[in-house]
Amino acid sequence: MKGVELVKLFGRRRTWVALLLLNLLPTVVAGTLAWTGIAPQPGSGPAFLSAVLADGSLFAIAALAIVLPLFLPIAISVVAGEAVAGEAQAGTLRYLLIRPVGRTRLLLRKLGAVVAFVLVAVLSVAGVGYVVGRLLLGRAPASGTLISLSGSTLTPADIAWRTAVAIAYVTVSMLGVAAMALFLSTLTDSPQAASLGAMAFLIGSSLLLTVDAARPLQPFLPTRYWLSFVDLYRDPVLWSNIERGVALQLVYLGVLLTAAWANFVTRDVTS
Amino acid sequence: MTDLPHPSQSSSSSSSTVIRTDGLTKVYGRVTAVDDVMLDVRAGDIYGFLGANGSGKTTTVRCLLGLVLPTSGSIELFGQAMPKRASSVLPRVGALVEGPAAYGHLSGRANLEMYDASGRAPSGPMGGGRRGRRHRAEEALSLVGLSAVGARPVRAYSLGMRQRLGLAAALMRRPDLLVLDEPTNGLDPQGIREIRELLLQLHAAGTTVFLSSHLLAEVEQLCTRIGLLDRGRLVLEEQLDVLRAPTGRTVVETVDVERAAELLGPAVEAREGERLLVRCDDPAAVNARLVGALVRVRQLGPERRTLEDVIDEHTRARAAEEVPT
Repeated sequence: MKGVELVKLFGRRRTWVALLLLNLLPTVVAGTLAWTGIAPQPGSGPAFLSAVLADGSLFAIAALAIVLPLFLPIAISVVAGEAVAGEAQAGTLRYLLIRPVGRTRLLLRKLGAVVAFVLVAVLSVAGVGYVVGRLLLGRAPASGTLISLSGSTLTPADIAWRTAVAIAYVTVSMLGVAAMALFLSTLTDSPQAASLGAMAFLIGSSLLLTVDAARPLQPFLPTRYWLSFVDLYRDPVLWSNIERGVALQLVYLGVLLTAAWANFVTRDVTS
Repeated sequence: MTDLPHPSQSSSSSSSTVIRTDGLTKVYGRVTAVDDVMLDVRAGDIYGFLGANGSGKTTTVRCLLGLVLPTSGSIELFGQAMPKRASSVLPRVGALVEGPAAYGHLSGRANLEMYDASGRAPSGPMGGGRRGRRHRAEEALSLVGLSAVGARPVRAYSLGMRQRLGLAAALMRRPDLLVLDEPTNGLDPQGIREIRELLLQLHAAGTTVFLSSHLLAEVEQLCTRIGLLDRGRLVLEEQLDVLRAPTGRTVVETVDVERAAELLGPAVEAREGERLLVRCDDPAAVNARLVGALVRVRQLGPERRTLEDVIDEHTRARAAEEVPT
């Protein structure tokens, strides 16, 4: 029975279209890089793009850096915003509740499906990025080494575990987005409103990060540490921002999911 | 439409209460949608829940099913408190609330199977989890006459077909109580007749039916008891045959109105064209008297109030009570 929400989510064409579009952008970037051979100067453009011409397998992490600021959160907002509000809009929420499916259980199932989508999205971007990078970019053997951001050399084993941690970190950051959209999804009967609300929250956060006057707020903004996974490729790893990032996301997750639950179990379902 | 195999007879006795509300009240902001409603629906009833649009029928139904939480008052289904005991009560209830809903990209059959899979598998004759699922869906589809289109996506269904699919979902687990909100919406006359026959069949097999509607004719043909909601208040709850019992007057239609009136004298209480209302509860006696005097009677019988009359009377009484503010 736990699989019902997964079947619903992944049995839907739009889920696959979202994943396809999500992987299209990094692929296009890889294509243009391969064609022109012009890499951005180190330190400019999306992270790691300067290195991928030498070692294509690094495009896994570069692809994540490309979709992280906008594409990935949009896809996740849309899916998580749909979760409850989509059922409400279709009218199926009331029938699920009288089936009966307990409200807490339903919310947990929806959360499970959303987490699954986040994992699939992040892993597919990394995986497709790796394959595309190997095929189109630097043909250096996969065992090639990377000059870390600090200037020293990273062994393939180093790169492997750092990339695994980076993927986990990006996943945690995206779960914060998912929790926001899921919370809004329990507030409204319009999935569009929930998705756009979550995006507005992220755009607002990104904007405040550029305003000096908002400096006291900045450590608490959800997008503040999103790109800190780059610190994993320093030698030694610069953990401080990554730790702060994880802690901050966990707080957002806890607060937003509790709010979603408290709202959903006490609300009148009039859709 | 196929016959019903093995009915699910509830273990409760025929006079036990299925739905009971006590002082049920729901306030939305400054609007009192449902006001101190005391419902009493007994096992074996086909209960007609009547009321104009906006009188609070749907809010009441949503409260019964635990979708809307009452502001005050209590609800019991099968003697258990709602919404507290929802997980043990609702498996015995099938419902259609404010129109059907389904996933448009899936077929009718897939919708039923997914709906079945999203909750705990039922026990009893219709039990079995995954194995019984296909069978349950198939049977529910044939019950409502949708077998032929079960494989088509719901997106391509007409309103009537969607309504039948909603009904199939409600019937799938053989509920002891069916709560139906406007079940014949969007159906053609043939469809309405089929649904009515299906409900009577289910009722004969032991299902209690709670039918919310604003269609008097539908309720009059089907129901055994009536609850009337007027602006959130339950102004009437009674057996239909009591409401429609003879009023103690006889209606006479005759071409010889003058002679008939003369003959019956002061017993004639009202006269409308060729129609006389006679104070006498024995139509046979009236008939004998008129025919004996060679009055040409066209039609004659006991006066019965229509449901419409009853409802008019009760809603009007309430309107007169109201103090303008």
